[in-house]
Amino acid sequence: MSHRAWIATRKGLFQYILDTGKRTPGWHLASSSFLGEPVSMVLPGGNDHPMIAALNLGHFGVKCHASDDWGDSWHDIATPAFPPQPDEPADAENKDVPWKLQQIWSLAAADGVIWAGTHPGGLFFSKDCGDSWQLVESLWNRPERRGWFGGGYDVPGIHSICIDPRDPQHLLLGISCGGAWVTRDGGKNWELHAKGMNAAYMPPEQAGEENIQDAHAIAQCTAAPDTLWCQHHCGIWRSTDAAASWQEIKAPVSSFGFAVAAHPRDPDTAWFVPAASDQLRIPVHGALCVNRTRDGGKSFETLRTGLPQKDCYDLIYRHALAVSDDGQHLMMGSTTGNLWISDDGGDSWQTLSNTLPPIFAVRFEAIV
Amino acid sequence: MARIVLTQQLQRFTYVPEVEADAATLREALEASFAANPQLRGYVLDEQGHIRKHVAVFIDGQMLTNRQNLSHPLGPTSEVYVLQALSGG
Repeated sequence: MSHRAWIATRKGLFQYILDTGKRTPGWHLASSSFLGEPVSMVLPGGNDHPMIAALNLGHFGVKCHASDDWGDSWHDIATPAFPPQPDEPADAENKDVPWKLQQIWSLAAADGVIWAGTHPGGLFFSKDCGDSWQLVESLWNRPERRGWFGGGYDVPGIHSICIDPRDPQHLLLGISCGGAWVTRDGGKNWELHAKGMNAAYMPPEQAGEENIQDAHAIAQCTAAPDTLWCQHHCGIWRSTDAAASWQEIKAPVSSFGFAVAAHPRDPDTAWFVPAASDQLRIPVHGALCVNRTRDGGKSFETLRTGLPQKDCYDLIYRHALAVSDDGQHLMMGSTTGNLWISDDGGDSWQTLSNTLPPIFAVRFEAIV
Repeated sequence: MARIVLTQQLQRFTYVPEVEADAATLREALEASFAANPQLRGYVLDEQGHIRKHVAVFIDGQMLTNRQNLSHPLGPTSEVYVLQALSGG
């Protein structure tokens, strides 16, 4: 099977295609879109929705564009917008965040519904391919939302949207910093599901509080959707009961990092990219590596072949590690604009580019 | 008639009209621009109707400091410049 990959960066969207022919086999840069503009997230197209690119224009706000021809042409679609913000007393102790869209941080789609997670913590959906968006007010109006806070950003953000392949009404959200939230009825009702996570950055008596956990990213196994992997600010957690409980896992090198990829077919396999915790956010000892477990987190292999092992200061953002739907290809991009591919499940890596802009997100798409 | 000049840097994204309008306030002047191209609204204002954080508005040479109050009065020959701020790039 061949694949394409979408690379969303600080300065545009890039497409790589895997050529499986005999003349020039390998991954090649195939196109670019929105050169010069920040692309915060991309959603590959599907049977019932177009491809969507979310731009975060520095001056003129968030804008969404859609394509039906793999980025050859784009058309404007609507952008999610918050409703009018109610007035608050000027001396209110716990003032709400501004109800202003700052960034689209996550996109997912199933069953004709596109979901968008944002800073400052709003979830939106569209049932008309992005022509209109609605805020999920049942989550936005939860009193717990006022307890969320920013992690790396000034406001909280929804970075992970895991849709249960068995039931598109069953969603899990990862929020930084707001724990993990689950709906089983398409967004009408929500429950907080971060039990077992631990926040060392809080006063000790609040470390286990579910609503302030800084999940950096949560990934779901497609074939066994009750298995979830969470790269957290304070370590790695795994759930095998659809987030009813989370168990901590210790990884070699460092358990700190941002990215996680879950094997789509094997619930015991996942990949992480360790970084020096947590004030430094660079590879440990300047050597980039990927941690892979194939036994549910009991043990890890630290994979380094083909990755820079000296004077490397690349950080892999939370959306910048991806695995293809056959579990064979892994791609990762860095804050320094380096892009690597592995075609053997992470055993070895090849450099695709050293000169891309800072990379926000990588997404695979199978070519059928 | 007040004159409203929008940065040509917006031309990368949408049509940028030159507008003269019988506008008594900044809000009326901006609405005249949005009437010429409705897409402009989302580039200049956020969803709360405030001037975007990294858009700079000058009225008769004075930079607007209150982004939430668009009722700033205009004179019959006022010039309004809507520019890309140097922040936010």
